[in-house]
Amino acid sequence: MSIFDLTIAEAGKKLAAKEISAVELTSAYNDAVTALNPRLNAYITVTPELALTQAKAADARIAAGQAGPLTGIPLAMKDLFCTEGVRTTAASKILEPFIPPYESTVSAQLLAAGAVILGKANLDEFAMGSSNITSGYGPVENPWKRNGSDAKLVPGGSSGGSAAAVSARLALGATGTDTGGSIRQPAAFTGLAGIKPTYGRCSRYGIVAFASSLDQAEPMARNVEDCAILLNAMAGFDTKDSTSAERAVPDFTKALTKGVKGLRIGIPAEYRLEGTNPEILALWDKGIEWLKAQGAEIVEISLPHTKYGLAVYYIVAPAEASSNLARYDGVRFGARVDGVDLIDMYERTRAAGFGTEVKRRIMIGTYVLSHGYYDAYYLKAQKVRNLILRDFTNAFDKVDAILTPTAPSAAFGLGEKMDDPVTMYLNDVFTVPASLAGVPAMSVPAGLNAEGLPLGLQVIGKHFDEETVFAVSAAIERAAGFSALPDVRAK
Amino acid sequence: MSLDAATVRRIAKLARIRVDDAEVETLRTELNAILGYVEQLGEVDVEGVEPLSGGAQMALRQRADVVTDGEIAEKILANAPDRNENFFAVPKVVE
Repeated sequence: MSIFDLTIAEAGKKLAAKEISAVELTSAYNDAVTALNPRLNAYITVTPELALTQAKAADARIAAGQAGPLTGIPLAMKDLFCTEGVRTTAASKILEPFIPPYESTVSAQLLAAGAVILGKANLDEFAMGSSNITSGYGPVENPWKRNGSDAKLVPGGSSGGSAAAVSARLALGATGTDTGGSIRQPAAFTGLAGIKPTYGRCSRYGIVAFASSLDQAEPMARNVEDCAILLNAMAGFDTKDSTSAERAVPDFTKALTKGVKGLRIGIPAEYRLEGTNPEILALWDKGIEWLKAQGAEIVEISLPHTKYGLAVYYIVAPAEASSNLARYDGVRFGARVDGVDLIDMYERTRAAGFGTEVKRRIMIGTYVLSHGYYDAYYLKAQKVRNLILRDFTNAFDKVDAILTPTAPSAAFGLGEKMDDPVTMYLNDVFTVPASLAGVPAMSVPAGLNAEGLPLGLQVIGKHFDEETVFAVSAAIERAAGFSALPDVRAK
Repeated sequence: MSLDAATVRRIAKLARIRVDDAEVETLRTELNAILGYVEQLGEVDVEGVEPLSGGAQMALRQRADVVTDGEIAEKILANAPDRNENFFAVPKVVE
């Protein structure tokens, strides 16, 4: 067995038992990153020396008997989390020179737990994308290949670098963020588990803002248990985030063995979209059977406003983005392009610093917030958003959790679906509604398609009931027995 | 509703993004595709529905109006593209 076969839980036990050292583990991962990152481009910035220093500190902590489950565990940090003294780009050229003078709360909590940070993972620019092709630092290659083909596939997005890193074993786990599906869809595309917790569960402090009413930090890992271990450390109340929830964080690992006996699982009719890939629908049916066989009750439900989710999202998210990204003005931080006067400097800086997709979204957001269009677009979208929330609230009167596919397809090729922005946006059709409602949702690897690519199922839960989401996800994981590995990986 | 080239230029101006003439037509087509897609919200009846502005199921918290940090000018200015002592420097605004 290779050191790369260990999960976070298993590595934690071996570290605690001193069968391996944190320095050994980190060195192995540093070497794997050196070998494979030039090809996969999963990391924008690597920090091998810093990782070794952290690993040495972790070994000292283990020796002193003060270790926790994440002490000495090498992770990838999405390059959207500000890390003190380590460049943070949000995959944008406009932040190329930015070295944060402070640490995000989530990364600080992981460091306090003794985690080792291998580097900053690639993403879509400002997390705007579903395939990691909008990164200002080049696309990420999905470590998975179609059977008998060497064609490059996308890892999904926006947390595509995190997904590729964990999947190719260039990290044991990773942080991501999810605004409309940015961790669940890449997790599904790379055979990983990833949970978007309830809005407010993890602090947004120090996460480069995209759409503040949607952005959530979350973990991505090789299995459900590892996600629970990571979320335990990442979650919690923070006075520095005004929308942080002031409530106790349970031990999520305790929920893993709860089982689904007696749980009511909702199957929303509206997710059977016309034209959905039959393989995805077949996997969904399998998931239903797995849960039924473990004692869950299956309940047909309706989420009638599902089809409007994407349209709401593509008004609300750009509107918030246009406001959040106004800060990139070439004055206080980031890149600057000189102009003849102040306005010209702003305009040239932003034209050169932002990529095409980011400009497009800022402009859509500017338009829907502008005088005369605010009510027709933004206010209307906020009202439909309330109806989507109401759909979930009504459904959760009848069920404990909801089961759906994660994405409408498996990973697609680099260069596919790029003809127009709307086709790309459709990737998020199953993940956006839970983001808009703020409810927790997890993607679990559940099978392979005929081409050998992983597919995921999504479990959606009630506000602040991540425990049921973990219980149902663990049940699916047990039944699916997903053990396939990507072609490109550290061995 | 379909955006014309002048509106695209106006939005770009509001967003403080310099747009070359060559880019206007592409942007116009792309923005219209997105706006065309979101048009479908027109068919939803939202009579009497309150707008939902946030993801949090709670009222925003208030904190005591007290100073909680400060004296970190060096940290704040460390990333400035241009500075003059403890100030951010910008092109001349007033003649």
